[in-house]
Amino acid sequence: MRMPDTQKVHLSREHAAELLRAMLLIRRFEERCAALYSAEKIRGFLHLYIGQEANAVGIMQALGPEDAVVATYREHGHALARGLPPSEVMAEMFGKATGSSRGRGGSMHIFDAKRRFYGGNAIVGGGLPLAVGLALADKMQKRCRVTCCFFGEGAAAEGEFHESLNLAALWKLPVLFVCENNRYAMGTAIERSESVIEIATHARSYGIGAETVDGMDVVAVECAARKATDEIRAGGGPRFLENRTYRFRAHSMFDAELYRSKSEVEEWKKKDPIVLFSHWAEATGLLAAGRQEEIEAGIMRDIEGAVAHAEQAPWEPVADLLSDVYTPASGGPTS
Amino acid sequence: MTGGRKITYREAVREALREALTRDERVFLMGEDVGRYGGAYACSMGLLAEFGEERVRDTPLSESGFVGAGIGAALGGMRPIVEIMTVNFSLLALDQIVNNAATLRHMSGGQLSVPLVIRMATGAGRQLAAQHSHSLECWYAHVPGLKVVAPATVADARGMLWTALCDPDPVVIFEHAALYNDESEVAAGGDLAVDIASAAVRRQGTDATLVTYGGSLKKSLAAAEVLAKDGISCEVVDLRSLRPLDDRTIMASVAKTHRAIVVDEGWRTGSLAAEIGTRTMEQAFFDLDAPVGRVCSAEVPIPYPKHLETAATPQVDGIVAAVRGALRR
Repeated sequence: MRMPDTQKVHLSREHAAELLRAMLLIRRFEERCAALYSAEKIRGFLHLYIGQEANAVGIMQALGPEDAVVATYREHGHALARGLPPSEVMAEMFGKATGSSRGRGGSMHIFDAKRRFYGGNAIVGGGLPLAVGLALADKMQKRCRVTCCFFGEGAAAEGEFHESLNLAALWKLPVLFVCENNRYAMGTAIERSESVIEIATHARSYGIGAETVDGMDVVAVECAARKATDEIRAGGGPRFLENRTYRFRAHSMFDAELYRSKSEVEEWKKKDPIVLFSHWAEATGLLAAGRQEEIEAGIMRDIEGAVAHAEQAPWEPVADLLSDVYTPASGGPTS
Repeated sequence: MTGGRKITYREAVREALREALTRDERVFLMGEDVGRYGGAYACSMGLLAEFGEERVRDTPLSESGFVGAGIGAALGGMRPIVEIMTVNFSLLALDQIVNNAATLRHMSGGQLSVPLVIRMATGAGRQLAAQHSHSLECWYAHVPGLKVVAPATVADARGMLWTALCDPDPVVIFEHAALYNDESEVAAGGDLAVDIASAAVRRQGTDATLVTYGGSLKKSLAAAEVLAKDGISCEVVDLRSLRPLDDRTIMASVAKTHRAIVVDEGWRTGSLAAEIGTRTMEQAFFDLDAPVGRVCSAEVPIPYPKHLETAATPQVDGIVAAVRGALRR
């Protein structure tokens, strides 16, 4: 594994273990979700992030609790990496009342206001304008915060992508745009949907500093994110990362994967971000022998706890169906 | 009105904007040409000089982008007023309004709220043809999570904005483009805010109820005046709020007059008029002495020539005829 920027990140043993733990949590959590889907505990759409874990985990290292995150419908990984408790995320998948959105959103709509996690947006490109607005609010209120917006390369074909990049650049807003380019917009390969296949080119055309990053390398992602957020916090306006990555699983549980070859998937699996990182960390002595097994055991306990919680959690009463369509008691700006 | 003064609907909107920007520093106005140009309908003329570029913010032609940014800014603690030039252009932002502003509170389990105000012009009458003249209020009034209001009077144009800003949920304000030059007296000072949930009886009557809103109010009042000369007494209900609908005021009037005609500049099919007709059937069927009538726009893209534009939209003659039909007089 290439680790060209390792020196720029303080990779203590503790930090390496944390990166591995965070990626493994997503992997094992989602593997469990896939099984629970087959068991019909989880319904609707389920979009797995498996293969892309280095992106959410690497980026989150550069964000603090005051920063905001806007994500997509493939956001379990982002939610867990942001620190949402697995039990709340799992209960949301089950549609239970103790879920992060009281079970109303399900897999695609995970929210957590106190962790400034703004979803969970299932309209491709729909989250980008929100991120621009969150950053505008920060700038107008003179708060030094970053809004990080995740989306896929499919979003680059949407008007909202271009409108948002232009607005963020024009108003010099503190947005970190993170394009997780996993090469497929559902089943349409990037070569078949984009006239320009380097998405970072679009960002540069709006005057936004942009980099392409190996999205299978958690350290490279963290390095790029730290550099970009440092520049944003220094008042440099938005930054853009195009992370080249790959999803190992189908687009959703309904996808027969007729649009890509098994050999292509197998080639990419050789770049598995968890395997590469753990091997590298062990080889360099950052990860002691047996440490991964300990981490795995802890994660499995957490996931079992989350599933048990979700199983036992109550359903929201039908009587509450209409609550929160509007705010119950209205408050005013100053009056 | 004692101590009153005459202002136009446009001036009322401008005063309301100025008041909001003055009263709360989290308020800002954003939209196409709201700053240097002064607003497509001149509603924000002079506000840029008074409040600066941060708070009277010109945007690129990116309806989805800046409406979505308004939603994000509202989530981030601001109180944005987003102006969209016309309801036709708002279709470019429909995704943000319907999929984000309207859903975020419920879908997040009550964690988020979107205290956003969106203002836009609507309606025909200025020969602006089919892409600047439609009345699509009904589409927004269809959506749970939104509140939709239509100030039909100068006082409501002056008073609804502040109340909308005080609301923790997204409010869409429709200003009929034919109203901006209307003049009327409003109070000289004090708190001019008005509620945005109730309908108002603009004229008392006993023989038939005209239910209307926005740009059709003055046509309905004019029709009532014509009918009064023939001894037909019309009550005129101004909906003011299109979502929620104030059923109580409508049904109280129908219980009194026993006849209802809905005047709605939207197209008839799937219209607000259809909704009000159905509610009247559900709630006041046994009070009715005649079927609920409707005066709506013809089902055609609004044409440019004056005579066709007039023929396509509700007019006084058509309202008068509908009332006479219901009364068989």
